[in-house]
Amino acid sequence: MSEPDVPLLVAEGVTKYYGRQLGCRDVSFSLYQGEVLAVVGESGSGKTTLLQLLSTQLVPSAGRVRYRLRDGVTRDLADLSEAEQRFLFRTDWGYVHQDATLGLRMNVSAGANVGERLMAVGWRHYGRIRGSAVQWLDRVEIDTDRIDDPPLTYSGGMRQRLQIARNLVTQPRLVFMDEPTGGLDVSVQARLLDLLRGLVTELGLAAVIVTHDLAVARLLSHRIMVMKGGEVIEAGLTDQVLDDPREPYTQLLVSSILPA
Amino acid sequence: MSAMEPLLQLTGVAKSFTMHLQGGIRLPVVAGVEFAVGAGECVALAGPSGAGKSSVLKMIFGNYRCEAGQIFVRHEDERIDVARADPRAILKLRRTTIGYVSQFLRAVPRVAAIDVVAEPLLASGVPRESARARAGKLLARLNVPERLWGLPPATFSGGEQQRVNIARGFLPALPILLLDEPTASLDAANRAIVMDLITEKKECGTAIASIVHDDDVRTRAADRVIDITRFAATSACSGEVDTGSPIRTCARDVR
Repeated sequence: MSEPDVPLLVAEGVTKYYGRQLGCRDVSFSLYQGEVLAVVGESGSGKTTLLQLLSTQLVPSAGRVRYRLRDGVTRDLADLSEAEQRFLFRTDWGYVHQDATLGLRMNVSAGANVGERLMAVGWRHYGRIRGSAVQWLDRVEIDTDRIDDPPLTYSGGMRQRLQIARNLVTQPRLVFMDEPTGGLDVSVQARLLDLLRGLVTELGLAAVIVTHDLAVARLLSHRIMVMKGGEVIEAGLTDQVLDDPREPYTQLLVSSILPA
Repeated sequence: MSAMEPLLQLTGVAKSFTMHLQGGIRLPVVAGVEFAVGAGECVALAGPSGAGKSSVLKMIFGNYRCEAGQIFVRHEDERIDVARADPRAILKLRRTTIGYVSQFLRAVPRVAAIDVVAEPLLASGVPRESARARAGKLLARLNVPERLWGLPPATFSGGEQQRVNIARGFLPALPILLLDEPTASLDAANRAIVMDLITEKKECGTAIASIVHDDDVRTRAADRVIDITRFAATSACSGEVDTGSPIRTCARDVR
């Protein structure tokens, strides 16, 4: 692991207003290589806005986001050219959408969905691209016989796993996930979580995971930020915040979980 | 740094819970907790249910926040105050310095018992095969049948789950070990094995802070007993709040 003591991603006072409507306010944190940060809170708390601000899909009204590029230089993301931002997105970052149809091309084959990311970084050899796609499908537990089928024919859980394969094939260092298990039934969720947990540890990925599901946060994340009304109201070690919540809203969230 | 300096030292440690959902009731747990544990020493925290024994262990592990005071841990060549350490530092302490056997195993769906046990070794960089081999050896010693190793522990009996939990906590060689009722749901034969494991850890210089209700186990394993009721925050503290997080306990009452 290179320079583990220099953060990969740094948010400083990140703020977003949509007109007069607050998206999120004054969010600051540092994320290190291999670290998983969960952002929890109810709908409308600013979680997804924050994820989009961190990943250059939205421009902050105030504050900045810095990222340590592969050459070791930390840059303000707002200073990168559009081409540089796109390159980051295609190589060093992954973005897993809750709705897999946003993260996949539904009408082309699964193999092409995975291969496309490789071609974007200059791979040209068909056999090697296909070989890598086969390997990744296998790794995310998709039957490789289905490689030529488009994700349109896949179940919800398979689509989500394909999306993960597509994102990880370029060996990103940072993955953003927006409710990766949302809308899946529980047995499918457990399988996906188990898979994500293994991949994150094996690959030493850093990740920011937005979820409203505290069990997902507990299982996957090292640290947690609780958001409410666009602001971070409590943050810290995941098990500490969930087992010894301090803020009234966090106590409400934790106590609202139905025991299985 | 002197060899006599304790591996673990608590000074003026206090904890209370404020339950916002119950009109902001403040539940004091402990205050002014002072004790130290040296290398190769095992101390037992004693006191009735609700005295705050588990809360003290959880504060040392960084699972509960520490409200006041210091929790010094000797980590490599540094002295770190867990009460003030940031999340990354606490996670690192858990990989390299502090082990914890909780009262109940928190089972992760779909993960096999042997991998649950091997996980802390993997996290500290031991290759998978040798981590699993060592995990298997300890599970065998704790009489967990080999046919169970490949299954997730969620469906195991209470005693089997506890032995998986013990194996996970005892496997890595960490300088400090926290034990919360490790023998509570074990039969006499397995209790004796855990006693042996504790003795071996002490011989290796591990500092152990434990909660043990069984008098026999306590007299044999512990070098010193620390009466936690000496550090009672106030007498208003209710008697039945030590089963897990009190926040959750009260939420259950409300529902």
